[in-house]
Amino acid sequence: MSGALVEAPPAADARAQGVPAREAEPATRVRGYWGNVWQRLRYDYATLFFLFVILLIVASAVFAPLLSPFDPNKASMAHRLKPLFYHDNILGTDEQGRDILSRILYGGRTSLLMGIVPVVAATFVGGLFGVVAGYAGGRLNTIIMRSMDVFFAFPSVLLAVAISGSLGGGMVNQLITLTVVLTPPLCRVAETSASQIRSMDFVDAARASGASTVSILLHHVLVNVVSPVLVYASTLVSASILLASGLSFLGLGVSPPTPDWGLMLSTLREAIYVRPIVCAMPGVAILLTSIAFNLVSDGLRQAMDVKA
Amino acid sequence: MNTEAQGAAAPMLDQPADRGGRAQPMLIAQGLKRYFPIRGGLLNRRVAEVKAVDDVSFTVLKGETLGVVGESGCGKSTLARLLMHLLVMDAGSLIFDGDPVGTEQGLSLRDLRRNLQMVFQDSYSSLNPRLPIEESIAYSPRVHGMERGQAKRIARELLQRVGLRPEYFGGRYPHELSGGQKQRVNIARALALNPRMLILDEAVSALDKSVEAQVLNLLGELKREFNLTYMFISHDLHVVQYISDRVMVMYLGQVVEFGPVDTIYAQPRHPYTAALLECRLVVDPAGRIDTPPLVGDPPNPINPPSGCRFRTRCPHAETVCERTVPALGAWNGNTAAHLVACHMAHPGSGHSRAAPAPVVH
Repeated sequence: MSGALVEAPPAADARAQGVPAREAEPATRVRGYWGNVWQRLRYDYATLFFLFVILLIVASAVFAPLLSPFDPNKASMAHRLKPLFYHDNILGTDEQGRDILSRILYGGRTSLLMGIVPVVAATFVGGLFGVVAGYAGGRLNTIIMRSMDVFFAFPSVLLAVAISGSLGGGMVNQLITLTVVLTPPLCRVAETSASQIRSMDFVDAARASGASTVSILLHHVLVNVVSPVLVYASTLVSASILLASGLSFLGLGVSPPTPDWGLMLSTLREAIYVRPIVCAMPGVAILLTSIAFNLVSDGLRQAMDVKA
Repeated sequence: MNTEAQGAAAPMLDQPADRGGRAQPMLIAQGLKRYFPIRGGLLNRRVAEVKAVDDVSFTVLKGETLGVVGESGCGKSTLARLLMHLLVMDAGSLIFDGDPVGTEQGLSLRDLRRNLQMVFQDSYSSLNPRLPIEESIAYSPRVHGMERGQAKRIARELLQRVGLRPEYFGGRYPHELSGGQKQRVNIARALALNPRMLILDEAVSALDKSVEAQVLNLLGELKREFNLTYMFISHDLHVVQYISDRVMVMYLGQVVEFGPVDTIYAQPRHPYTAALLECRLVVDPAGRIDTPPLVGDPPNPINPPSGCRFRTRCPHAETVCERTVPALGAWNGNTAAHLVACHMAHPGSGHSRAAPAPVVH
């Protein structure tokens, strides 16, 4: 039986291939799904530009000690609330005379951490629950998704405030809070697409070949769930930064001496009538970052929307 | 084309051995049932059930092609999924080549799946859009423990065999293929485990006529070459006549007629079969029919008619049809080769068109 696979009679629609038959080792076009995505992104200049902006923001946070002109925590009573371009304080100083630019650079570390870590954690947790719920269906789905609905019932800010309030302040607690808040929506996205995939015939074909559930989840479900989840997660980065800033603003996030964009806004708001532009600077940083993440995720969505 | 250029043929998984001998039917299905519950009301109780497959028994002989026909919704696809154990059956048993399936002494589900594979109807949803097609084909041998490189070589050879050049098609994604090409890939995937029997669920129904013919010819070649047995599910009576050795006609989840293709097409005993056959288009304009042989929709399978399920649309229905369920049996004392579930064919059933009961001494 085994040798029977040679000598195919040329089928009629093989004619359309129209290429000389004999060739050496076939040159299969190996541009996988991600190759295709990259191919599309390459010509999407707006997305590339904002990707570059994100890289700049990340780099500026990483290299903050090298880039900062001043110590972000060094106060100076003589130079409080100075305007833009005051001597070396390019973005002015805050109510304690600390350099705004340095604080924004250092604050980017906290804010980006708050933007990225909870989203990654929530993607794993929510994605796992969502895929399991979507693929298993039935009672397990009901249990998982209704539990998620409990979290959905609260407005996200209120939920974050409640959790943060009960856990107490501090960076780790803030990360946990944000993860908990972001998990349900990611779980829902993963569940929706996993349950769509489950009803497709190729999953049945895999089952019919005797594959285990784990193998089907890994090879057939996950690859199809990953792009909608990834796209949605990228939109949540900016939401997470904003939420974290909100928590810090309310005093539920990192504690005062630490530079953080939300916290800076909070403390500077009292000086808004004195130096409105200087006070808005941390807000500009938040705005720029969240716009960049949103636009990149939009471009990513388009690039990943490969015809099924 | 010469695959020798690409090295020796990769050894496929061995075809599972013929255990029962030639006379043993490949598949015996007994009393298969599947009712889908309809839930409703306050506590999500079972308020009704759709009798999708209701007490279906049949055999598939080795090396034959069994055609299964019937209107949409008569349970053909559910039957296929029951046989593949993609759906759990509510009742019934399967014997594959003499071995009961799913029992301790018998054939395990995993072994059954080595023996029995399926080609799905919808070529669009039956291939993973994120996998290159050669990966899709190579997946099943890998599930059964084959090493990756070898599974891929088998996938390429199968692609070649179904008429798609692996060097141009292997790395493609399903959306880059036409319907006919996708269905060829589906067939290649089903063959990747080197099974002994294939269930073809409307495998050519979605294809246009010329491609359909090519795929049908391909199926014929593959059947000889791989020593296969087919169960061919279709609503296209011409195709079934062309490809089948025996035919099973289903109506509303039950078998109404079963027999050799020539007998059934020449001499249908069940009025439903007769009506179906009359629905076929004829080339000769003189043979045109003006009145539809079959009107109305099939009755709701949630609440099928009492007695004979076809009686609501049958021109010959009498009170006996309402009262008793006709059994699937041989007619007129003929051989058991041609079975029919109709009172008119069973002597002594009480139907005015039936022969009188044979005198029992």
